[in-house]
Amino acid sequence: MTVSWLNRAATLSLRGLVAFGKFWYGFIIGDDWTVAAAVAAALVVTWLLHTAGVAAWWLPPLAAVAATGTSLRRISR
Amino acid sequence: MINPAVFATTFLAAAVEIVEMVIIVVGVGVVRGWRSTLVGAASGLVILTALILALGMALTHVPIGVLRLVVGSLLFVFGLQWLRKGIRRVAANGFRGMGARAATDDGIPTHGMDWTAWLLAFKGVLLEGLEVAIIVVTFGAAARAFPTAALAAAAALVVIGGAGALAHRAVERIPRSALQLLVGTLLSAFGTFWAVEGLGIAWPGEDLAIIALAAWYILAAAAYIGYLRRHAQHARQLAHASAR
Repeated sequence: MTVSWLNRAATLSLRGLVAFGKFWYGFIIGDDWTVAAAVAAALVVTWLLHTAGVAAWWLPPLAAVAATGTSLRRISR
Repeated sequence: MINPAVFATTFLAAAVEIVEMVIIVVGVGVVRGWRSTLVGAASGLVILTALILALGMALTHVPIGVLRLVVGSLLFVFGLQWLRKGIRRVAANGFRGMGARAATDDGIPTHGMDWTAWLLAFKGVLLEGLEVAIIVVTFGAAARAFPTAALAAAAALVVIGGAGALAHRAVERIPRSALQLLVGTLLSAFGTFWAVEGLGIAWPGEDLAIIALAAWYILAAAAYIGYLRRHAQHARQLAHASAR
């Protein structure tokens, strides 16, 4: 009785964890991981340039548009 | 006794943040459905109220930069997903829209909670609400007129929230493909702005930079829509020529 209850709880927890992981994957990565990776890389480089005293606010919007274009070109082929 | 200078300053400063909050809630509600969006917004307000009650004047010590970076980065990548989908739909179908809401096309659950809509509204309300609360605490404490500052922020919320509620029917008339493109543009613009601010970098023109960012993404979207249409036309011509 206790074992089956524990099994059921473990299965439900695992399902919940998988659904949670899938949700965040869809939210952040979506259908093209390269755009999320480009945004993350752009933010890191922006921060590095900022700490080096270089004005870099222009980099993330530029990287976002470039990554979006690359993604769209890849899909349209 | 109301301090008019504190009231006007707090009202305007809070209004800028509340406009951003209302744009996100209305945009997400129209595209993904209202129930989950409003539950998300209400959840954000509950957490915000709890934070205000628990922290009081210590709110100014909340690491708002970290919150901006996390919320901004998430909105940034999610906004770009919608922007891409919007560009592809408008390139394929024009601004005709898609008729009735095609829930399965967007991964919107047909029943139960839409956690994506919930999270977008929750984050928007929590971040912007915290910024409003910090404005109230800062302006109120500086002028020793906390009730006036709180009243001004509440007035801004009522006025702009009311305008958002009135505007949502007009927004719902916009074709769905165009709306997804527009909301994707706005989420990307807000996300870029907050993520970069969260890194401790000031934007030229401060909050006006959001308008410039939205314009930048709209121009990029227009260019990519043109590119995809030309590409599709070229592919059709090639298929037609090879069929002869």
